[in-house]
Amino acid sequence: MRNPISYNKRREFSNKLAHLLFATAAFVSIFVLVILLSDLIARGSRFINWEFFINFPSRFASKSGILPAMLGSLWLVVLTALISIPLSISAAVYLEEYAMENRFTRFIKINISNLAGVPSIVYGILGLSFFVRTLGLGRSILSGALTMSLLIMPIMIVATQEAIRMIPASLREGSYALGASKWKTVKGIVLPSALPGILTGVILAISRALGESAPLLLVGAFSFVSTLPKGIMDSFIVMPIQIYTWMSKPSADFRDLTAAAIMVLMALLLTLNMTAIIIRNKFQQTYE
Amino acid sequence: MKSTLRKKWMTTFILLLVALLTLSACNTPAPAPAPTPTPTPAPAKLTGDIIIDGSSTVFPITEAVAEEFRKVNPDVKISIGVSGTGGGFKKFTIGETDISNASRPIKESEAAVAKENKIDFVEFKIAFDGLSVMVNKSNDFVDSLTMDELKAIWNPESTVKTWRDVRAAWPNEPIKLYAPGTDSGTFDYFTEVVNGKSGAVRTDFTPSEDDNVLVQGIAGDKYSLGFFGFAYYVENKDILKIVKIDAGKGPIEPTFDTIKDGTYAPLSRPVFMYVTEKALAKEHVNAFVKYFLTDGTDLIKEVGYVQLEESLYAEGLAKLK
Repeated sequence: MRNPISYNKRREFSNKLAHLLFATAAFVSIFVLVILLSDLIARGSRFINWEFFINFPSRFASKSGILPAMLGSLWLVVLTALISIPLSISAAVYLEEYAMENRFTRFIKINISNLAGVPSIVYGILGLSFFVRTLGLGRSILSGALTMSLLIMPIMIVATQEAIRMIPASLREGSYALGASKWKTVKGIVLPSALPGILTGVILAISRALGESAPLLLVGAFSFVSTLPKGIMDSFIVMPIQIYTWMSKPSADFRDLTAAAIMVLMALLLTLNMTAIIIRNKFQQTYE
Repeated sequence: MKSTLRKKWMTTFILLLVALLTLSACNTPAPAPAPTPTPTPAPAKLTGDIIIDGSSTVFPITEAVAEEFRKVNPDVKISIGVSGTGGGFKKFTIGETDISNASRPIKESEAAVAKENKIDFVEFKIAFDGLSVMVNKSNDFVDSLTMDELKAIWNPESTVKTWRDVRAAWPNEPIKLYAPGTDSGTFDYFTEVVNGKSGAVRTDFTPSEDDNVLVQGIAGDKYSLGFFGFAYYVENKDILKIVKIDAGKGPIEPTFDTIKDGTYAPLSRPVFMYVTEKALAKEHVNAFVKYFLTDGTDLIKEVGYVQLEESLYAEGLAKLK
């Protein structure tokens, strides 16, 4: 028979050890993030001033600003969202609610999940040959947005599908029992309940679109643009590309400027995420 | 419970926003460097697009000129891409761009494609870049290298592994090689001048398309050897050691003067701008190229490149009608 005292001590020890290991794992990731952020702030904060947000890039680090890059990113992301969000949600609703369960639809579902894992540069090549050249859209914001939509749609479709699947059958059956049609059920019950999950997928997808540079370089984003975008057929530059361009310059000042640009990009991503979280929380309250 | 969570998020968000705004307000912009040359007034209200693509070496020059040109002609939209010299020519010869930046002259094969697509173009020399050979700062034995030694080190059949293989007096340490990647015009030019054939090089070096990576590599490796454009050397003089090049007339160090007057040879190379005839016929493109070859030349030194002799710019201007 084991000694009860030492047995308990061992149990307590392994408990505490497990607790410590998991806590360390969590803190290590935050620790790395904190180091990254503090390095960024130390290097780049001297460049954050009003001029930085309203200037064009320049050969002088002190006179450079991110206005065209920021606006280019904004135009691109908004257009991408307008194209991809309705298409993704509709596709997912069709696949989950309307499509018959057969080999063909299973094939489609598997392919969409696979597409989520295709490297982004492949979409860039596709975009270049199809949108830029075949359709003749040229190196415009529209080509970029269509390419980015192709890139992020699989992620959004899968997230929406998951969210719709989570809805308990009782909710749907209750709706039918009350005499609602399929469309009314989808519109009034399924979509609003699935909204938190859908929004999570949308946030992730849009954040990815904001941070991509390789497919956009292929599709024809420029490394310097002298005017602001005036339409969807205009030339454009986006923030990750501006960051890369500055990083490649010989002067050390430009590398600190890059830190400032990264801070702005992260602030933009954080704002996007927080807005979506707020919207998601609001809908979660209503429908819980 | 949920509403206090939302309050917390809102407070954090507002605090972040306030922090960002305070930072902006607190930071006064650094004092501006030496005043830029006042541009000659061009005819007002030119509009149009100019699509430029090509070499990453030439990009800083074109960017600087576009920056100044924009102040006089704000409605001309200049878009500059960096697809590399070769990549730029691919787009140029099928008519997708108006101007192609190049750190080497156009190849026969590329010119043939342009002819096939009925693209006529004009070549303009715009600046000199001195290809600089670099070693680590703590390297105390290398002061200069001859062209033959460079060839011995870099040629595709090279058997050189250590510094002693180059000169018996040097340490028996392996040479770590760093160079721009094979897509780069800089790489094309160096291999052509040193090894006799563009693209011919030994395969065991560390390539990178980003010259900053090469700088860091050489600065961190005691027995390293590498090359890249003069502009990157100038900015990193404190962490690198320049190697003088002896092409038969004694070791020459690359400086603005030796590159300009041609004594730093043969690693001094002209960089080019190719413009389609179709684009030159347009008023705004014509004005841009004219600006480039007149006031624009003052900006070349500021970005780390070397001006040509005045006569060469005059030659270029003569090609503009």
